[in-house]
Amino acid sequence: MHAFYSQYRNQILFGLMAGLLILVAVIQSPSVALTILNLCLISAIMSLGVNIQWGYAGLFNVGVMGFAALGGLAGVLVSMPPVSEAWQAGGFGILLGLLITAGTVVACLMAWSSIKHLTRYRYWIIAGIIVLGYTLLRLFFDPGVDAIEAIDPSVTGYLGGLGLPILVAWPVGALFAAGVAFVIGKIALGLRSDYLAIATLGISEIIIFFIKNEEWLTRGVKNVNGLPRPVPYEIDLQQAQWFQEWALALGLPVDDASAIFVKICYALLFIAVIGVLLWLSETALKSPWGRMMRAIRDNETAAAAMGKDVTWQHLRVFILGSAVIGLAGAMLTTLDGQFTPVGYNPLRFTFLIWVMVIIGGSGNNWGAVLGGFFIWFFWIEAEPIGLWLIETLTAGMDPQSAVRAHLLEGAAHMRLMTVGLILLLTLRYAPEGLIPEKKRL
Amino acid sequence: MVDVFNALTVLGNFLIIPGLTYGSQLALGALGVTLVYGVLRFSNFAHGETMAFGAMITILVTWGLQAASISIQPLPTALLAIPVGIVVTVVLTLLIDRFVYRYHRDRKANPVIFLIVSIGVMFFMGGLIRFIIGPGDQIFFDGTRFILKAREFKQMTGLDEGLSLRMTQAVTIITAIIIVAAMFWFLNHTRTGKSMRAYSDNENLALLSGINPDRVVMITWILVAALATIAGTLYGLDKSFKPFVYMQLLLPIFASAIVGGVGNPLGAIAGGYVIAFSELILTFAYKKIILYLGPETLELDSLVQILGTDYKIAVSFIILVIVLIIKPTGLFSGKTI
Repeated sequence: MHAFYSQYRNQILFGLMAGLLILVAVIQSPSVALTILNLCLISAIMSLGVNIQWGYAGLFNVGVMGFAALGGLAGVLVSMPPVSEAWQAGGFGILLGLLITAGTVVACLMAWSSIKHLTRYRYWIIAGIIVLGYTLLRLFFDPGVDAIEAIDPSVTGYLGGLGLPILVAWPVGALFAAGVAFVIGKIALGLRSDYLAIATLGISEIIIFFIKNEEWLTRGVKNVNGLPRPVPYEIDLQQAQWFQEWALALGLPVDDASAIFVKICYALLFIAVIGVLLWLSETALKSPWGRMMRAIRDNETAAAAMGKDVTWQHLRVFILGSAVIGLAGAMLTTLDGQFTPVGYNPLRFTFLIWVMVIIGGSGNNWGAVLGGFFIWFFWIEAEPIGLWLIETLTAGMDPQSAVRAHLLEGAAHMRLMTVGLILLLTLRYAPEGLIPEKKRL
Repeated sequence: MVDVFNALTVLGNFLIIPGLTYGSQLALGALGVTLVYGVLRFSNFAHGETMAFGAMITILVTWGLQAASISIQPLPTALLAIPVGIVVTVVLTLLIDRFVYRYHRDRKANPVIFLIVSIGVMFFMGGLIRFIIGPGDQIFFDGTRFILKAREFKQMTGLDEGLSLRMTQAVTIITAIIIVAAMFWFLNHTRTGKSMRAYSDNENLALLSGINPDRVVMITWILVAALATIAGTLYGLDKSFKPFVYMQLLLPIFASAIVGGVGNPLGAIAGGYVIAFSELILTFAYKKIILYLGPETLELDSLVQILGTDYKIAVSFIILVIVLIIKPTGLFSGKTI
């Protein structure tokens, strides 16, 4: 029995997962099952990204939320139509502001390297340059921002995007995340693991603050709605002749059929992405590069002694993983059709992804994917299951009783507790996760 | 001359008193994080939730006391309920240590594993809190609201600007001073406190001298739970109690601990005030001050802020990141518990 399990473990576990989704399709509805599947796929990509950093290289990145939000931002900046009045009103101020920022950064970097001998005054000089740059920036930037935000604030009030197809946003989201990861990696990767964790957590919060408050770029808490779609709209499908016939042939109402069709289109797109990513990651893990990464992870000193550039490799793998997370963030915004900065909270976008990786099996790509599926499924379904459980358990109680009402109300929060419990139990009894890393000799 | 006093009053009312209050809350929180780091050697991500849990128990007891119409006017009833909150939180943390952390400690697990374990604890406690008291806002303050009202101050001094002192602010600052003094006395002058310092300084040497490690760990958790409950309750009294806010408080608290130098109690306290005051100073609107102190003819249209108020919390993260990059050992490095 045990031998059978270990030989066919992946097939059994993924089969089980598919079975659960089919069960949801039967009990709740196929539409719900497909919604869960789509978000499972995106979660799986995010946990693949974290797995690249943690599983391959042992980098503890708790800034997942920030990278996902950057991907989402790419969705807005690439796909929304540009607001030309806003560009005319404040475009110049904004561009000048960006130039000043870039100039300040360059001046800082140049000053930093050219005054190395003045160790005592170095920080003060840098601080002076920053203060000067910041004052200049505020002088030109603020009027531009005010002008842009004044233009039809209830509909636009921001610069808009490039008006390109939203699929372009996916690689752009990955690029955004990679660019920011490069900067973060350059400054934070030298830190000890738990400091790196706290630093990345802080930086991800700063990114979210930026996105929430810079309304000229992102509309902030006013959200951006109605992002273009890569798949057909339900309403168009319902009016199309061929689709009506198709729905009739399947015996489904046209409304339901169109919703399901759209979700299947998304699912196919996502599956294509995850397929490519999995193939790339597996190939990378098997290659000499993967072997070197494992060597660095397991013993940095030894790897450095063999002439491997540990810092550079860490930076590279940090950028790669963050890019994958950014890609997933762009995909999520595409699926939602809207960008809601307030929706990003560390519990859902950082720590939950971490739970996926740990439970799935760190260091194993298939494990990360399975963890993404399993935990997301559970995160969504824990509420109905918990509700059902408490209803059944308290069925004997007086329907008017306050205790029962309180328990039913609290059922929604059961999932936090259960996810915590699952994580703690995994760390204790199966620290390698559901699909452990392959032992290589 | 009157202008100078007016300006000082504005500063005191909107910057110094709020800064001292918030700084005290952060300092107490950071002290807990630092103790866990010094003795148990990991960054405890569940500390925010521990604070929320302690505050929650205190709130429940406060409600009970209010229902029984027991009060200590003019002080808030919650102060009477804190001891119960501490006891329950101590029991919970000791149970969690027994069933969760001890296993990993015995196996001498990597600090990162401890960190991930504490994330699991964070999830668990977060769910528990929301299950018991719900995710909403709870206000449990009672007693006299103001010690000194702005209007009274104006009448007293004849200045144009008012200075007000709320009861919660005074309670927070005084409690923090008492707790911190007691904490240092304990660490420096009692046998148990000294054994904790020894254990934190050099584990093997401490074991060799016959210090019981289980006892040190237990005492640490008791202190951490007590500090967390007090900090959580004071914050809840001052602002309001909302479970999610305590998770957000985790980062300023980590920032305070790290800015002061993790593992160093004195640093944690200093760090708390550094973070609190930098948040306020960078987002303070200096318009009034400049109008009072500047030349008569000066006219200002803007608020003269360095950063928008929206960025208040982001300031602590920025300081945190800068300190981590420039001096990761903190301002008071080199000395642990």
